[in-house]
Amino acid sequence: MTDRRRIALTVNGLQRDGEVEGRLLLADFLRHHLGLTGTHLGCEHGVCGACTVLVDGQATRSCLMLAVQANGRSITTVEGLAPDGEASHPLQAAFHERHGLQCGFCTPGFLMTLVEFLEENPEPDEAAVREALSGNLCRCTGYQGIVDAALQASASLRETSGQ
Amino acid sequence: MKPPPFHYHDPQDLDGALDLLARLENAKVLAGGQSLMPMLNMRFALPDHVIDINAIESLAFVRESGSRLEIGAMTRQHDLERSAPLRRLCPLMVEALGQVGHRATRNRGTLGGSLCHLDPAAELPVVAAALDATIQVKSKQGGRSIAMADFPAFYMTPAIEPEELVTAIEFEPWPAGHGHAFIEFARRHGDFAIVAAAAMLELSPEGTISRASVTLGGVGTAPLRCHGIEEQLLGQHGSAALFREAAEANRGIDAMDDVHASTLYRQHLAAELTGRALATAFERAQERVPA
Repeated sequence: MTDRRRIALTVNGLQRDGEVEGRLLLADFLRHHLGLTGTHLGCEHGVCGACTVLVDGQATRSCLMLAVQANGRSITTVEGLAPDGEASHPLQAAFHERHGLQCGFCTPGFLMTLVEFLEENPEPDEAAVREALSGNLCRCTGYQGIVDAALQASASLRETSGQ
Repeated sequence: MKPPPFHYHDPQDLDGALDLLARLENAKVLAGGQSLMPMLNMRFALPDHVIDINAIESLAFVRESGSRLEIGAMTRQHDLERSAPLRRLCPLMVEALGQVGHRATRNRGTLGGSLCHLDPAAELPVVAAALDATIQVKSKQGGRSIAMADFPAFYMTPAIEPEELVTAIEFEPWPAGHGHAFIEFARRHGDFAIVAAAAMLELSPEGTISRASVTLGGVGTAPLRCHGIEEQLLGQHGSAALFREAAEANRGIDAMDDVHASTLYRQHLAAELTGRALATAFERAQERVPA
């Protein structure tokens, strides 16, 4: 079965293209075809949330979407949060400061989930943050540092946008 | 953990999709992909053809037509959560949607996809059963409607033919001021429910219960309407004691036994959650808050 298709999409603001098999996952296209290995694959069946990216601004499991379905769409991965040479995104800075990561495997998924969440909910309480993060698994820090980081980031993002 | 090889098709309109369904053997329809994609990744599903219907924009809508509400099969769960007519006319579905998976899966997941996947513990089939919804299906030969009560054929299998596609569901919303509640018990927020209970109550001007709908998810292979409890409640004045007593009938239901929970535990949850859902629905009906 060799039906391959050409796809063209925007990834982190850059126009990218490729020729892919129908069955290729978006996550594998990002990692293996584009070399964007910041997007991690944990469970590959939509449970762990590590592969979460933004598709047209919406948090999406990239292991549950085919690369061909991303044709014409705009994707943001963790690499797009703070392009080379730029300061860390406020969320990344907060994760660093509040011990929101240890091994870092789950971190890209948490960050991309929170980018969408904080955009829609600029002033969340702790319960809302915990619910928003219920679809992401972390196996080393526990969640307290991550929740603290999300709350700290929401405060600093509000300050920045208020200026 | 990668999908098996298949031929990928992405019809741009409904006729194109129906044509492919009529023509292709061993084809699977790809809606939001939040259930089919895991099944492909784990190779539980081995289709020769995948028909991706995401490009068919005419299948995503929420429409009021007369006294009925019609929802396109490809309407994303997250769009439904935010739909003004749905929030006004069917708060039960909105409350259930908040418990369907997680935000990232609701961004892609669709109403029709959830109904066709028909997981015994999924929330949306329970809501469709609670509302006596009608499922609209189409094929090249034409269309037909299936009552939700007849939609599940057996475990995770809807009663539709291989060449048929679910295009929409429709139902008559309950009058404003009815009370509703969707309560589930899951190990983590967003997991499939071990047991879920949906209740809707309408009160007469005298304050007695004039209409009741009680449905369980997660106990059997398909959503279970509790008609006995519904009948028992009619004409009664709602009270904590009444709901507790009525819900006790669910302690004797035929419930699944699996790795997640024993039959006994499910029966306990069924009774407990039914009582809670009825009490909450009654409270909301009294407040007339169509939350």
